Amino acid sequence: MLTSDYVPGDSVVHRARPLIKVGLLFLVCTWLFVREGWLSLAAAGLVLVAFFAIARIPPKIVVAAIRPALWVLGLVFVAQLFLADWRFAGFVVLRFAVMILAASLLTLTTRTSDLVEAIERALGRILPARSAEAISLALSLCMRFIPRVRDIFEEVKNAQRARGLGTSWRALVTPTIVRALKSADEIARAIVARSPDGPHVR
Amino acid sequence: MIRLDGVTVRKGDTLILDSVSLELTERRIGIIGPNGSGKSTFARLLNGLEKPTTGTVHVDGAPTDRVSALGKVGFVFQNPDNQIVMPLVDEDLAFGLRKSGLSKSEIGERVQRHLERFDLTHLNERRTHELSGGEKQLIALIGVLVMEPAIIVLDEPTTLLDLRNRRILVSLLDRLDQTLIVVSHDLELMAPMDRLIWIDEGRIRGDGNAGDIVRGYREATAAEPC
Repeated sequence: MLTSDYVPGDSVVHRARPLIKVGLLFLVCTWLFVREGWLSLAAAGLVLVAFFAIARIPPKIVVAAIRPALWVLGLVFVAQLFLADWRFAGFVVLRFAVMILAASLLTLTTRTSDLVEAIERALGRILPARSAEAISLALSLCMRFIPRVRDIFEEVKNAQRARGLGTSWRALVTPTIVRALKSADEIARAIVARSPDGPHVR
Repeated sequence: MIRLDGVTVRKGDTLILDSVSLELTERRIGIIGPNGSGKSTFARLLNGLEKPTTGTVHVDGAPTDRVSALGKVGFVFQNPDNQIVMPLVDEDLAFGLRKSGLSKSEIGERVQRHLERFDLTHLNERRTHELSGGEKQLIALIGVLVMEPAIIVLDEPTTLLDLRNRRILVSLLDRLDQTLIVVSHDLELMAPMDRLIWIDEGRIRGDGNAGDIVRGYREATAAEPC
């Protein structure tokens, strides 16, 4: 859901204030745990489908948003089979899927800059401006650099394969972490270079 | 004008730059030198990204640890992937202006103006991680241009570009009014510079017109044992 990309649009869902969307997301997720049951889950699912339709998000983008989480959902399902029965396992997995899709609806209909700005403003009420800015900047960097880290991982994996190293996790993870950290260093410098009006970012 | 007085940079036991004193006043200045010669450190000193161990760097009379000096010098990094920090192109171009005091609409207008100037409005809402290498380099440069600095430092701007994108970037650089300081191995890019500085082992080995310096650099490189 963090890598879901913004889909431009002018629907009510797109125009809604980012903090209202974040608040609703929080409420829906909480409600799904407090009012545990198939009826609540079905109601939340229907509301979510309606919002996706209003926002005119193409179904293939919705599928793309949930696809990276499928293996986690599969693991949860198998674990629940051992702990309970298949009905409860199905319920738990569907509940997670609804929550992931609800979070995806937020990122698909909200520009990152608007979301970050809203979070910064909200945090600014309870934290010093410097901390609020640092947290919101960290959030926006997460959204930007998850695809970058994934690219680095793919590059390292292909390089190891080309060298016939097979699937050694150590050979994969170590260079990925080293390259990601080196990138992080350079990104920090770039942020400083691009923030001459905000020396507090330093 | 940028002025360096007796600048030495040392990292641990390694001497990166050794007592460099220069005044940079020309509109197009190139910096060349072999790998590890201190070129990038030199470039980073010019907008305060690197601090001298001894000596001083001033931009229009202000030391580079002052905000007033930093705002005058924009910096384009070698790898645009490390410079582009927001998920959408227009968000990234607006990133440097977020604390400028401009309103949201003024920021939007300025971003659009710069995209239109370089015929790149089609990239406006593109996802930054999906851009080609050439597009990323151009967006990184425009991200600096929207800040409207008087001086722009570019660190190896053509290294990651193919011939077509290199040509686009060079033509874009030609259209800029700002003072440009370009660090590069690309001797063709350096040929039209008003002044060329050759750095080797942390010292200024040559400083003068581009033709003479490039010739000297080529001869010295050819004479070195492989």
